[in-house]
Amino acid sequence: MLVYDTTLTSRLLLGTSRYPSPAVLMEAVKSSGTDVVTVSLRRESSGERSGQGFFSIIRSLGVRVLPNTAGCHSVKEAVTTAHMAREVFDTRWIKLEVIGDRTTLQPDVFGLVEAAKILCEDGFQVFPYTTEDLVVADRLLDAGCRVLMPWGAPIGSGQGLNNVVGLRAMRARFPEVPLIVDAGIGVPSHAARALELGMDGVLINTAVARAGDPVGMARAFADAVKAGRAAFVAQPMLPSDVAIPSTPELGLAHLV
Amino acid sequence: MSIVGAGVAGMTCAVEFAERGVPTEVFEQAASFGPHNCSWYAGGMLAPWCECDHSADLVATFGEQSVAWWRKRVPALVQRGSLVLAHGRHISELVSLSRRTGRYEWLDAGGIGELEPALANRFPKGLFFKDEAHIDPREALRSLADRFISLGGRIHFGAASAARSDGNHFVVDCTGLAAREALRELRGVKGEMLVLRSREITLNRPVRLLAPRVPVYIVPRPNGVFMVGATMIESDELSRVTARSVLELLSAACSLHPAFAEAEILEMGSQVRPAFPDNMPRITWRRDRIYINGFFRHGFLLAPAFARMAADAVLSGEICPQVAYENHA
Repeated sequence: MLVYDTTLTSRLLLGTSRYPSPAVLMEAVKSSGTDVVTVSLRRESSGERSGQGFFSIIRSLGVRVLPNTAGCHSVKEAVTTAHMAREVFDTRWIKLEVIGDRTTLQPDVFGLVEAAKILCEDGFQVFPYTTEDLVVADRLLDAGCRVLMPWGAPIGSGQGLNNVVGLRAMRARFPEVPLIVDAGIGVPSHAARALELGMDGVLINTAVARAGDPVGMARAFADAVKAGRAAFVAQPMLPSDVAIPSTPELGLAHLV
Repeated sequence: MSIVGAGVAGMTCAVEFAERGVPTEVFEQAASFGPHNCSWYAGGMLAPWCECDHSADLVATFGEQSVAWWRKRVPALVQRGSLVLAHGRHISELVSLSRRTGRYEWLDAGGIGELEPALANRFPKGLFFKDEAHIDPREALRSLADRFISLGGRIHFGAASAARSDGNHFVVDCTGLAAREALRELRGVKGEMLVLRSREITLNRPVRLLAPRVPVYIVPRPNGVFMVGATMIESDELSRVTARSVLELLSAACSLHPAFAEAEILEMGSQVRPAFPDNMPRITWRRDRIYINGFFRHGFLLAPAFARMAADAVLSGEICPQVAYENHA
């Protein structure tokens, strides 16, 4: 998968929040085989030394860091956080979240487009957390985004893909744009389904971090993502309304 | 024996060694027990089974030993169990916790009301951990100090570096995050807490409110005082309590019971917990110095068990898997 001139070997991206401990997180990252972890930044973690303990663990993972603006509710907050993240992690990548609703944590797409414009002009490579809305997607691409991250379901809900039709439409409309499903994935079959639909990747956090065995679950997701992608490439059969026998009927014995 | 640091790790160790007849002195940088120490801001919940959610099974094992240790030494310990609740739409959080731990019973709204009349008919389901206990951490530190002194121990406040390692002198370093130069893997996890006073509500035991974003606990203290805690932020910054954290803690308290909206705010506190990558404490033995550190959110819950292991290792030469021997003479 190619995102902003960077080739990623794994189609699974992993979030780093809510694990039982950093040690478990480190093991989960290893067993997931991921190339990219997301890290959310809080203002108080960005000062000198503060947060360095956790961030040095993240850096020691040897994978790319995609900082995110999780929990930001306004354009200004998101832009400020993005700048802090660029300094702390020395990267142009930013996963842009501008939250519009406290209950569903769904993106404020108006603020999202505005923030994406500001950040792209400022040289950031933006990964916007968005809905499956095609018009919003168009605006984000106009703003300079080269990757889109549509939601599967509300963040942390584990509901899976709530709008398969919408995701299909998005795939059909933007065949060349990397689409990474971000949020709402609960179990590996959801991830496999996303890849079977032709999504380029998935970002998982809670489903791994809050599993009974996060390390085992990370491995399960890695396998599911591989299976889903292989199935997409292999072109799945089309469903039919009627039964079609898989053995030939010709030459069956007629017993009278 | 010299012990550096008069937090819960240092004081439990001091009492453990003194009880075994070892002449022991404690050296503490600060002028008294107080806010420079993260033990000061602890919840004081002795909740081995609730804490299994965050941590390894060892927390339950060592935590249970520690509850017994405290019960013998701190008369003000209260053992009425703890109650874990969730609002209707977060019931799945209760179910996940129940799968990861033990020693609880499920309660319905009626059962919750019998234990905590103030919370009757507010929550459909809860988990009751009847064997858990709680103490007031500040009282507990003072009780340990009294006991230590009555056993012939001495505490030197305002003296961080008085302890010296030499051939006949053993140092136990319990200085928390201040030891990070020596213990490279230590990191800080910030915690913020509030102390409230309300005469309108009575709780008989610690209550935890599970929510996916901000799990919060409320520990009742005497005279209508409640401790509300605690945030967990990967940061070493200890200087300030943020508005966001206060908002989160207070919202959770008010959603537990609306009477908290009228409570008086007595205190807002912030400190940084020392933690290793696996969030479990470690005893590190280097020549004539032993470090006991990394208690994360489990200082009062686990310190006695680790003090005992340290004493066993030093005095009886017992080999314990929780002790890392590095350059050990």
